[in-house]
Amino acid sequence: MAEFRMPSLGADMDEGTLVSWLVGVGDHVERGQVVAEVDTEKSVIEVETFDTGTVSELLVHEGERVPVGTPLAVIAEGVGAAQPRRRAVPTRTRPGTRATTTEAAAKPATKPAAVPLVRGAARVAASPLARRHAAALGVDLATVTGTGPGGAVTTSDVETAAHPVRPALTVEPEPAPVVDEPAPVAPVVPRSGADRQASMRHAVAEAMARSKREIPHYYLAADVDMAHATRWLEAHNTSVPVTERVLVAALQLKATALALRAVPELNGHWVDGEHRPAEHVHLGVAIALRGGGLVAPAVHDADRLALPEMMAALHDLVARVRAGKVRSSEYADPTATVTNLGDQGVDVAYPVINPPQLAMVAFGRVRERPWAVDGMLAVRPVLTVTLAADHRATDGRRGATFLAALDDLLQRPNDL
Amino acid sequence: MTATTSKRTADKTAAVPPTVTMTFREAFREALRDALHRDPAAFLMGEDVGRYGGCFGVSRGLLEEFGPERVRDTPLSESGFTGAGIGAALGGMHPIVEVMTVNFSLLALDQIVNNAATMLHMSGGQLNVPLVIRMTTGAGRQLAAQHSHSLEGWYAHIPGIRVLAPATLADARGMLWTALQDPDPVLIFENGALYGVSGELAADAGPVEIDHAAVRREGSDVTVVAYGGSLPRAMEAAEELTQDGISAEVVDLRTLRPLDDTTIITSVGHTHRAVVVDEGWRSGGLSAEVVARIVEGAFYELDAPVVRVCGAEVPIPYARHLEQAAVPQVHDVVRATRELMGHG
Repeated sequence: MAEFRMPSLGADMDEGTLVSWLVGVGDHVERGQVVAEVDTEKSVIEVETFDTGTVSELLVHEGERVPVGTPLAVIAEGVGAAQPRRRAVPTRTRPGTRATTTEAAAKPATKPAAVPLVRGAARVAASPLARRHAAALGVDLATVTGTGPGGAVTTSDVETAAHPVRPALTVEPEPAPVVDEPAPVAPVVPRSGADRQASMRHAVAEAMARSKREIPHYYLAADVDMAHATRWLEAHNTSVPVTERVLVAALQLKATALALRAVPELNGHWVDGEHRPAEHVHLGVAIALRGGGLVAPAVHDADRLALPEMMAALHDLVARVRAGKVRSSEYADPTATVTNLGDQGVDVAYPVINPPQLAMVAFGRVRERPWAVDGMLAVRPVLTVTLAADHRATDGRRGATFLAALDDLLQRPNDL
Repeated sequence: MTATTSKRTADKTAAVPPTVTMTFREAFREALRDALHRDPAAFLMGEDVGRYGGCFGVSRGLLEEFGPERVRDTPLSESGFTGAGIGAALGGMHPIVEVMTVNFSLLALDQIVNNAATMLHMSGGQLNVPLVIRMTTGAGRQLAAQHSHSLEGWYAHIPGIRVLAPATLADARGMLWTALQDPDPVLIFENGALYGVSGELAADAGPVEIDHAAVRREGSDVTVVAYGGSLPRAMEAAEELTQDGISAEVVDLRTLRPLDDTTIITSVGHTHRAVVVDEGWRSGGLSAEVVARIVEGAFYELDAPVVRVCGAEVPIPYARHLEQAAVPQVHDVVRATRELMGHG
């Protein structure tokens, strides 16, 4: 499969307008055949293809103006059915006036003293070490987002691509612990795998039905810019051994715990028709079990844990859920619960409150989105956080305060 | 040789306090005093080293202590007295020649490069030149372009001589004696900006080895290579970088020729990034050599392009603010390292 690109029809040409296609999808083309007409500002020029094959896709419409190098069409060699569309690779020459483009290309990007980095046109910018790792891990560098100098792919980018950081809030534990094991302490978990699942399902059914029957939920959602948090995590994680790395989940938990402390009406329980805010923030963490079902044991005093402690607590909790060794108090204690379905590709979740708690917070997937910053369009890692809260205890205004506090905390990862 | 000297060091440690506070100037002076005491063949000569006490005060008091035979004032003739030093060395003495600044050493370039450095080879190994030449290098004292340049990288180009750049009090105190034991010419570059800097030195400080670079601070994210007057700045930058969560390892070159490739490459091998700091100019400078060796030896370990922080390519200005702007400062090192780490 080959890409037919906007050609450079002169040293001073930065972009061109596709005037018309002379071929259509499914047409057979021969090397040297004129397939399109391009307007170069000076004249309309007939453009030939260098490939023989079948036009499987036209990527640019007639009349569109695109930079030199932009793929215009996909030509499949041989008979070839239409191939999936390739991502239009950003070209090296940016649109813009001729003068500025040329200068920009000739000037070093950063400090005046810096030596300009030279890169091959089709080659992904990646460090030698990153290339070595990518080869060893079987990672295609073209699929990796670079965070190094000038957007180059670094080793940690390769590692991230090879082992996507799994938000730890939804962890799929190993199926069932060994059946012959001595009885685990967890009270809600019977011993046999099948029983365990049935019982688990029953418990979830009870709780959720009660929640929807009794609790008048209200839902508020907000988009949170995660650029600061992401950068902070990267910086932090490069400075510590791998075993001490902090996941974004820990940030989310800590921020949630602090926001709950700031809006204590959402932290606690509704018991016997009474609103009972709790003194401590014991944050429930929803952990999905692979065999189905869900548990949400508490991280105690989550608002007072430093991030490394939070991370350790999370590791510990997940490990014990896996081993079936969660303590009953951990199931009973949560004063609010957090869930994260982001790693399942979920953008927005509308959680069901775990009674008798007052609120549940759901984090969606961190995803790069177009984002307005200071009147300009930027691409930022953004997630949607949703609050489900008990309307008997609080109103939307308190919920909004909570979300604002949460957003604010996530912008200041250093303070978490 | 190293074993012998360290044994000697150990001998004089009895009943002395663990550290003393002194300046680099005093540490250099102690090194001279020690050498003149212990080696009857050693003597110091140079412009104003005697009655004036040295242009930068390093040899103050030595004339009184050792007399005019051992501490000799010379005419203002670098080529002449450096040549005399070579002759004395050939005749069995251990001369210590002081050249006021590296800029003035250009007048003696012929003696150093064409005679001292070549004699052993041209005599088929019959004539070695056990000469030590000390000189001041570097900017920062508002002495303008004819007294402030950092040309040690030029000397590091020359086979046949060893080039040292003490950047710590221990090295200021300890490198001279070891250099004197070397059968071949050794150049010691004393960074002028360090003379007045004081710090703690082990009271029993003595000779140090002169074959290896030293890791002055351990780190895991980036290697900052520095030497001489740039080392304290690199250390300060590394400290500041911890605020960004960046763990910088600082390598002090110590010996500019022969370069200790192993220490540099081992460090880069585990940090995968490098920043080379050199007060000298970038073009054709010592920093270029260090970068080249990193790329030759650790290419497949590099996770980012190697970055250099060097002196501005101008004759060092006189005006204080311009002079400061012309040589790498702490914030320059911090900024370059942040950018390298993607903290723009």
